[in-house]
Amino acid sequence: MNPYVLDLITASPEVLVLAMGCLILILDLFVKDPSHTSTFVLTMLTLVGAAILTLFTSTGEVVYAFNGLYVDDLMGDLLKLVLYLTAIVTLFYARPYILQRPDLRRGEFYVLMLFATLGMMVMISANHLLTIYLGIELLSLSVYALVAMNRDSVASTEAAMKYFVLGALASGLLLYGMSMIYGATGTLSIPEISDALVANASNPTILIFGLVFIVSGLAFKLGVVPFHMWVPDVYQGAPTAITMLIGGAPKLAAFAITMRLLVSGLLLLAPDWQGMLLILAVLSLAIGNLAAIPQTNIKRMLAYSTISHMGFVLLGIVVGVVGGDARFALNAYSSSMFYVVSYVMMSVAAFGVIILLSRAGFEADRIDDFKGLNKRSPWFAAVMMMIMFSMAGVPFFIGFFAKFSILQAVVASGQIGLAIYAVLMSLIGAFYYLRIVKVMYFDEPIDESPIVAPMDMRVLLSINGLAIALFGLFPQTIMSLCAFSLLRSL
Amino acid sequence: MDMKSLYLTVPLAPLVGAALAGFTCRVAPRWFSAGVTILGVAISLVASLLVLQDVLAGHTFYGNLYTWATSGNYTFSVGFQIDTLTAMMMCVVTSVSLLVHIYTIGYMSDDDGFRRFFSYISLFTFSMLMLVMSNNFLQLFFGWEAVGLVSYLLIGFYMNRDTAIFANLKAFLVNRVGDFGFILGIGLVLAYFGTLDYKTVFDAAPSLADKTINLVGSAEWSLMTVTCICLFIGAMGKSAQVPLHVWLPDSMEGPTPISALIHAATMVTAGIFMVARCSPLFNLSPTALSFVLIIGATTALFMGFLGMIQNDIKRIVAYSTLSQLGYMTVALGVAAYPIAIFHLMTHAFFKALLFLGAGSVIIGMHHDQDIRNMGGLWKYMPITWITTLIGSLSLIAFPFFSGFYSKDSIIEAVHFSNIPGSGYALFAVTASVFVTTYYTFRSYFIVFHGPERWNDAAHVAAAHAHDDHAHDAQDAHGHDDHGHEEHHHGLQPGDKPHESPWVVTFPLIMLAIPSVIIGYFAIDPMLYGSFFDGVIAVNKGMPVMANMEEEFHGPLAMAIHSIQTVPFWLMMAGIVVTYYFYMVKPSIPDALAKKFSGIYKLMDNKYYFDAFNMAVFAGGARKLGAFLNRFGEATIIDGFFVNGSAKLVGVVAGIVRHFQTGYLYQYAFTMIIGVFALLTLWFFTT
Amino acid sequence: MLTLSHFLVLAAVLFGISVIGLFLNRKNLIILLMAIELMLLAVNTNFIAFSHFLQDLNGQVFVFFILAVAAAESAIGLAILVVLFRNLSTIHVDDLDRMKG
Repeated sequence: MNPYVLDLITASPEVLVLAMGCLILILDLFVKDPSHTSTFVLTMLTLVGAAILTLFTSTGEVVYAFNGLYVDDLMGDLLKLVLYLTAIVTLFYARPYILQRPDLRRGEFYVLMLFATLGMMVMISANHLLTIYLGIELLSLSVYALVAMNRDSVASTEAAMKYFVLGALASGLLLYGMSMIYGATGTLSIPEISDALVANASNPTILIFGLVFIVSGLAFKLGVVPFHMWVPDVYQGAPTAITMLIGGAPKLAAFAITMRLLVSGLLLLAPDWQGMLLILAVLSLAIGNLAAIPQTNIKRMLAYSTISHMGFVLLGIVVGVVGGDARFALNAYSSSMFYVVSYVMMSVAAFGVIILLSRAGFEADRIDDFKGLNKRSPWFAAVMMMIMFSMAGVPFFIGFFAKFSILQAVVASGQIGLAIYAVLMSLIGAFYYLRIVKVMYFDEPIDESPIVAPMDMRVLLSINGLAIALFGLFPQTIMSLCAFSLLRSL
Repeated sequence: MDMKSLYLTVPLAPLVGAALAGFTCRVAPRWFSAGVTILGVAISLVASLLVLQDVLAGHTFYGNLYTWATSGNYTFSVGFQIDTLTAMMMCVVTSVSLLVHIYTIGYMSDDDGFRRFFSYISLFTFSMLMLVMSNNFLQLFFGWEAVGLVSYLLIGFYMNRDTAIFANLKAFLVNRVGDFGFILGIGLVLAYFGTLDYKTVFDAAPSLADKTINLVGSAEWSLMTVTCICLFIGAMGKSAQVPLHVWLPDSMEGPTPISALIHAATMVTAGIFMVARCSPLFNLSPTALSFVLIIGATTALFMGFLGMIQNDIKRIVAYSTLSQLGYMTVALGVAAYPIAIFHLMTHAFFKALLFLGAGSVIIGMHHDQDIRNMGGLWKYMPITWITTLIGSLSLIAFPFFSGFYSKDSIIEAVHFSNIPGSGYALFAVTASVFVTTYYTFRSYFIVFHGPERWNDAAHVAAAHAHDDHAHDAQDAHGHDDHGHEEHHHGLQPGDKPHESPWVVTFPLIMLAIPSVIIGYFAIDPMLYGSFFDGVIAVNKGMPVMANMEEEFHGPLAMAIHSIQTVPFWLMMAGIVVTYYFYMVKPSIPDALAKKFSGIYKLMDNKYYFDAFNMAVFAGGARKLGAFLNRFGEATIIDGFFVNGSAKLVGVVAGIVRHFQTGYLYQYAFTMIIGVFALLTLWFFTT
Repeated sequence: MLTLSHFLVLAAVLFGISVIGLFLNRKNLIILLMAIELMLLAVNTNFIAFSHFLQDLNGQVFVFFILAVAAAESAIGLAILVVLFRNLSTIHVDDLDRMKG
């Protein structure tokens, strides 16, 4: 068969999402229905179709396509499947929210969501600096537009502007780093970069120079200190449905490019980038947890909490290689992957609850809006409690095992002090999560209005909350999937 | 059907029932709650019987179903070990549980907590099955705590009653002591064997038999002895052995069906089961066995004494349960594990029968539990009367009844044993025969025969509230009777007791059958046959079982032979004495109580265990707590650590948030600073 | 004779100017957009220089992509700017301070 056809088959999920994205963009022009139900359904079908294609084209082996621009491996497949699921759940949660808001209730919302998803898919499957860049830009440009979509909201446009400028700066940093790596190794392909490093045919000064910029660019995508400044403002300013999108799935893609760039490509420089990431992780754990405490806006609080979670994810990546010994690497990286997956699950659920409490003309984004939730809806108060407990790392929710496995990897690498520090910081973090639980159960409600949300969203949110509890009882299922996929990919 | 799914069905069916009944307990109709739970347990019983049949055909199972967590080198799994011991326990648990479920329909019919109750007992059945089916210590511990949890829920079932809450708290605290030991034991196993799987641990045990550890200073302790005693302390809590027995009599605050299921037939025997399961460990430590033996013998005799002076029908049975648990522990102590399990099984049936019979009487008496208000009930409650008589005969080990075979075997086993403490144990278990007979038939005669006292019950009820309990040393500690006064009424003047409905009497009849016959049929295979081969380890140093086998010539010969033995005549003497005391000259007991008022007072206060605990442990803990609260908590912890660190965190957080000025150029600047900091660090340090 | 270092220094200077433009400019958002463009040009210079001296075409292809993406990026940036101006009637960087802390 023609090799290009084979390439297209390997990349068929991306091809499908791209084609459908363009098609839906055109079809939507002819949709009269103001709720754009057909667009919504088509978008969903596209995501389901992409999931099916991903499952069917997965060979379990590492397959390269398009002259090494693209790679299909088990880590990518697993992350993509989680990504589709997240996107589907996000869309379900977002739907009632955007239906109540005329500015957001447009077909472009779905198309931009699809293109953002495509960007993340490209990032996950990127095997070349160019692909990584294009994936990032596709995601970023779609998300800038989404954040600004609520055109009459000052906060949204301000958030979009900040996100745009800082995002462009981060892209610049990443590109600058890429150009340096290119100059030092003479290639843009990740496996070849790795080979060039092994052959020792590179200029170390330029290499380190490039590495610093690359790490900075990645750190921006992950949102870790000091590249985190956009996170609180964008989380707070963006419409909640968009915040949910920003806070969830892109972390999966960011994790993937971090793994590809640093672990697959620059593994020989591990002592250097591990040191850099360690600094970022330590700062993130501190600033994320501390700055979350005085917040009164729950979206902003969750933004800071994200920063601290990403610090934890970095910890797993930091302890992969110990003194040139990569024995614990698989364990450490799969803990990080597990952490990202479980974080996405919790984050989407948390924003889902905020959307659940919101209604037309009212954003339930202040912590005060959660007061007395138990009186208004005991069940969703319980769901929110599970999410908060899980984020705080209370046993036996999924978040506990995520933190636990990271700490285990840290201890295995011999850095007991680092583990103790991480535990201390999570302890401080527990304060603001538990405060939400406290106001839900012990305060009198300010807002007494009944909760309006469609049944499908209620059911999905309940399942999401229960999954957090259930996978806390059976963490091994996800954990072994992560470990297995990494084992077959790296 | 695949056997694994059959095994899974056994615990999961009651769990599903419990969940369905529990989550719908506000809305579902009553028949639904009762229906789903009974269906679940019935499925479980059928599956258990199939498993038993399969096991008897020689198919055992040992394996993990699910890996729950991996931590370093330790793997924690959920798994099953299905062998004869497990299969037997499964059948006992599910059958008694099913009958109790049915009985509950009648007993709880006018209670608001009807649906909640069904959910609890089904949940209990699930937990107990997880406990007995486990193939590792962790799951055992899960089941252990889960049955405990349901037990607390049910002791405190009448949550508006102070006495119930007190009993609840007491059971919880006392079990903490036991569980503390238990988890230390499990920890020792994990530390020295590196795993919690039964098979691996038991296989490796002989190689560690002579290992010693340093606990305090440089004194060498045998690892096996320490581990076994720690594990046994857990059993002492759960199976209510002296001195951790104090919670069981108070647990009678719970509704009667759970007294039968949890506090007589199944949960309290978990400790016995656990020790039998761990027989390969206990066999390696004669010291631990002696400890077990002495504790058991003490419980058997001294708790029996207390049963002799109780007036609450349930408490009499409760003390009898304590005493019988003591018997089982004695059997464990002489390494006659099969006999302990055998007695566990027969006891499960006849004690459940006695409790349910007592419950039936309580229904008949309109929730009056004082036996002094009863009498002559045989005319009005014939089925309850006959079945209770059968249960009583089984309990006192009347020849040919189930209890006879198990209890006489225990006495004989002690007779053959020669480990330290066996002389004392022999005296205790033999003397207990008389005591058992006395309290059993005292209650029986007063309740079912003699004058019909309920006619003048009204003033007695008023009187007994203070004459019986006014002396209680502990203010907070009331007896069940106190709480009842606002709840129940007893019989109104002119009312007559009546036989209970069929849902109550049917379980009685169903339990009466095994109470009579199961001993006769089971003794040969279980004690002397191959039933427990390879399941319960044989103690080579103590050939008790082998000696007994030589003496055993079939159940019929055993019963006939017993007529020439001391226990039989002690039992007969007990019946005669009781008859004389309570039917012929009822004035004697009171006169005796006055004459030996010192002893009576000692016994009435239950040897002052409660008073001691209240004064020393509870009081001491409260004083210590008050001290720590004043000094440690208020000044050091609260003042310095908590408020201090909270303040510090708050201040730092306030500062940190000001870095986020909101200005775009400052955000960009921060990022650039980050890049330059990293560049500088890496170019100047390397 | 121009060496690689000359080009790298030029790119670094351009990059530096653009970065300074980003955080020193407190007035006009348009200047921010220009600074971003300048930064991408610095990167392009870098790529082309390396591409030339390494005798490898990949770098130049990358530049084409960067140029294309930069165009899209400016379009979105300007669109956001327009929306912002509609809401705030100003494009002063200092006025973007609703959210902080």
